[in-house]
Order: sequence, then structure tokens, then C-alpha cells
Amino acid sequence: MPAQIEVSPDHPETLTINMGPSHPATHGVLRCVLQLDGETVVGCDSVIGYLHRGMEKIAENRTYLQFIPYTDRMDYLSPLAANVGFALAVERLLGIEVPPRCEVLRVMCAELARIGSHLVWLGTSALDLGAATMFFHTFKDREWHYDLVEDLTGARLTTSYTRVGGVVHDATPDWLKRLREFADAMPGRIDDYEGLLTKNTIWLKRTQGVGKLTAADALSFGVTGPVLRASGVSYDIRKAKPYSGYQNYDFAVPVGTEGDVYDRYLVRVEEMRQSVRILDQALKNIPDGPVNIDDPKIFLPPKKKVLTSMEELIHQFMIVTEGFECPPGEVYVATEVPKGELGFYIVSEGGKSPYRCRIRSSAFNNLSSLAHQVRGELVADVVACIGSIDPVMGEVDR
Amino acid sequence: MADGAAAILLLKARFPEALIETGSFRDQHWAVLRGASWLPVARWLRDDPQTAYAVLLDVTAVHWPHRPEPMEIVVHLYSPSRNDTLRLKTRTTDKGPVASLTPLWRSADWNEREAFDMFGVVFEGHPDLRRILMPEDYTDFPLRKELPLFRG
Repeated sequence: MPAQIEVSPDHPETLTINMGPSHPATHGVLRCVLQLDGETVVGCDSVIGYLHRGMEKIAENRTYLQFIPYTDRMDYLSPLAANVGFALAVERLLGIEVPPRCEVLRVMCAELARIGSHLVWLGTSALDLGAATMFFHTFKDREWHYDLVEDLTGARLTTSYTRVGGVVHDATPDWLKRLREFADAMPGRIDDYEGLLTKNTIWLKRTQGVGKLTAADALSFGVTGPVLRASGVSYDIRKAKPYSGYQNYDFAVPVGTEGDVYDRYLVRVEEMRQSVRILDQALKNIPDGPVNIDDPKIFLPPKKKVLTSMEELIHQFMIVTEGFECPPGEVYVATEVPKGELGFYIVSEGGKSPYRCRIRSSAFNNLSSLAHQVRGELVADVVACIGSIDPVMGEVDR
Repeated sequence: MADGAAAILLLKARFPEALIETGSFRDQHWAVLRGASWLPVARWLRDDPQTAYAVLLDVTAVHWPHRPEPMEIVVHLYSPSRNDTLRLKTRTTDKGPVASLTPLWRSADWNEREAFDMFGVVFEGHPDLRRILMPEDYTDFPLRKELPLFRG
């Protein structure tokens, strides 16, 4: 496919090379067509779409409930966060609110997803720059995180844990105890990671001053999440427009100053610490009570009742075979996922499927700033920049 | 105040001729603009300190095949200083054109390319309007309503 690159008149003799789509440092199927003058990048065109599955089209042809498993497959490093985002969007459309225990479980899921996603980012982006040890440390802890995810939801990646109006099932006391062990251990583990990198001379030389993005540029590119905050803009949806009771938690939003790869590293590492703080408060304050709304027209009735009562059997049959009705209207609901702002813009004409379901992807917009970041940098820095943007192509291409 | 409500009051006072209609649902407000006012009003919304929408979060379209102007362009703007989101819409014919917002926000570049790729609507003034997610030799526009999910 011909890519389009502006060649600067100052660099008439340039070489075009392909990085990707199958390259270990592009974290999936991202193709960067680089225009090089020696080792210096003078142009970059990101070619995406290799993982496009037409999720927005699929959503128009599925019931609201049937679309939840598709949200797992967007950002496959933090499926729980996307599950929560989609459930919140449909709940806003319906005008319903979930019980307090469900909100706390969702916050736990979202923060667990953030830690898991940042662990992969930290391991792989350090591996890309030659710091192979990090990868083994973070992937060990990521397995621990996956054990928790699996025990809660039944799957490591394809979690589909939320439902419109609640979650699939409650967490067991044993699971909460094991989440407590995880939350207690993580601060020490994060200290270990930082001990390997934060003052490491090679790491500093590879990341400081690389891929700089000013606050104005970051805003113009629609960049959100840790990449935007590293540029000095303190925009975090959990604070700006709190959802799922985030206003009740005490946590800080780390902000950088330089907007370079190093600041993005510092911001994400600090975010993991803040996520642990949130987990800690959630574990202390989790209320008792139901984990879903009591509305048999929207939420599946308990299985025990389905097998013994006619009315519940009918409700189960209707929800599974036909889905529930949403009123006509349109909502845009955004949540702070590990990569930034994930928004669902749902247009409903009434009926059981969305008329239009737009997925505003955080990684898509963040990645659009790559060409701007790498212009004038060395080839090796492209790897650092991609790693620091942390794109997951499943969410970029949808 | 609900999302977008303050900005729409300002728009009603400042650009009454540009507005076709306004609406709201679940505390989220939107305005539908005439095609000719799309770019100038967006510029004002970005630059005026009372609105200060520094971020173009998203550009997309909704296809209404039975309407006289079947293509509805929908954008979401965000103001970090005011912590407010605004939904703006404009309507156009099947293939547009509609003015590109690339002179105002760089996020319009990829997002308008995606809207073109999915709906075939042309953004006038876009510097590089080519497909972004679908293959270059693909001939359809997948999110248009006449295209079925499965072709038998």
C-alpha cells in the first residue's frame, strides 16, 4: 500500500523503510513507513487497520448484552476496563444506576486492569530498549494479576465480567482476601521496578528528551491518558467527571512536565501506585448487598429461580433470545481506561440494538501523534516512542 | 451545569442563524449547525475563552438513509479549563462535502479519515483524505446502512 510522507526539502536524499507490520517493537500489527536521512527520521506514516474487525458495525447487529464480549477484544490488555465502560454507557442510556457493591467491584476491576496493562507496558517497553530483566519481573506479577482476574471472571483475557445493570456474579471473600495480598505486595514490587530503571543511566539516556510532546500539541492531537498527563495536562476522567463512585476515593493524578518518554514512564509507574491506593480503599470500604439491579426486564434473573419459577424463566428467555429495549436517545459516556479516554457514543432509536455505536478509542488518537513525535529523532528512538504511547492495536483498529 | 448547556446558550445568542436545532438527553446537550457555519462556529468554540474547547475528542458520522440529508456528522469537543463536553452535529448529502476541521485540531486528521473510510463522506480541505482502517482497494463504505453485516 503506498504510504504518504512529506519529505522535507532539507533532506533530498532519503531512504524509505518499513517498520512492521510484524515487528516485535510495534506491539502488534502496526506498520510505520519511515523516511530516513541517515539515522534521522524525517517522515513517518503510521499504517493501521490490520486488526480491524468492524466492531461498530457488529454492535448495530447485536443486542446490547451480546456486545459485551466484543469489548474484551478491543484493548486485550485491559478487557475489564472496557467491560465497565460499555456497561456504564448503556446504563446511562437506560437511566439506571447500579448498587454500591457493584460500583466498588467495578472500581476494583478497572484498577486491576490498569495495573495489569501498565505491567505489560513496563515490561515490553523496557525490553524494547534492551532492559530485558524488567520483562521477567513485570510478567511474573502480571501472572499474579491474571490469576486474580481468572478467579473473578473465569477467563484471563475474555473476561466479559460486567452486565448492563451489574456484574455477572459477586466476588468471594477468598478472592477479596487474595486481592488484599496483591495490593499489599505491589508497592514493594513497584519499588523494585523503579530501582532497576528510574535512575539507570542507560534508561535515562534512551528516554529523556525523546518523543517530546508539548501540552498544546497533545491537546490538539486528542491525546489522553498518561501520555497527555506526562505533557503536563492534569486531565483524568476519574477526577473530571467521576463515575462508579470515584469521587469517594482519595488518590492523586500524577502529572509530568517534559512530555517525553521518561515522563510517561514516571507517570505510569506512579499511576500503578495510585491504583493500589484505590484498591486498598475499595477493599476496606466494600459494602454488602446485591451486585446487580433488581429489574428482570434488563438483568438476567438468578439461575435458581429460572429453574423453579415460570416468570423468571420467561424473563431469562426474553433477555437471551431477544434482548432488552433501550429508549430512543443518544449518550456519550467516557471512562479512564489505562490508555486514556475510551468513549462510547450510542445512538438508540429504541429497540434492542444500538442504531449506531461509535467507539472513541484512546489508543487510536494517541497513536496519531507518533509521526509528530518521531520527526527529527533517530530510528532507535521510534521504538522508544511507540513503547511510551503504549498502543494496543485491538483498540486502535477495533 | 449539564454538559454543553452553557455553550449552547452562548451559541444561540451569538450565532442564531447557524443553528438548525438543539437537543438534550440524559443531561447531555447538542447543537445541529448549518454546513456553511461548521468551520467558523467550531473555530469560535475553540478560541473564545467562554467556551475554550481545546480538544476535539472525536469525529464520526451517523447514516440516516431515509432523511433528505442522510449523513449526520457528529463531533465531541472537550474543554479542559471548563471541564465540559459538547456534541456538535451537521447534516449533509450522501457524500458531503462537509468542511474539514483539520485547520483547527490535529485530531481531525485521523478521525475524519476514519469517517470517510466508513461512510464515504468527503471532508473538504482535509490534506490527506484516504482510507485508514480498510484496505486501499476496498470499494464499499462499511458503516453505511445499506451494506449488510453478512453478504450471502
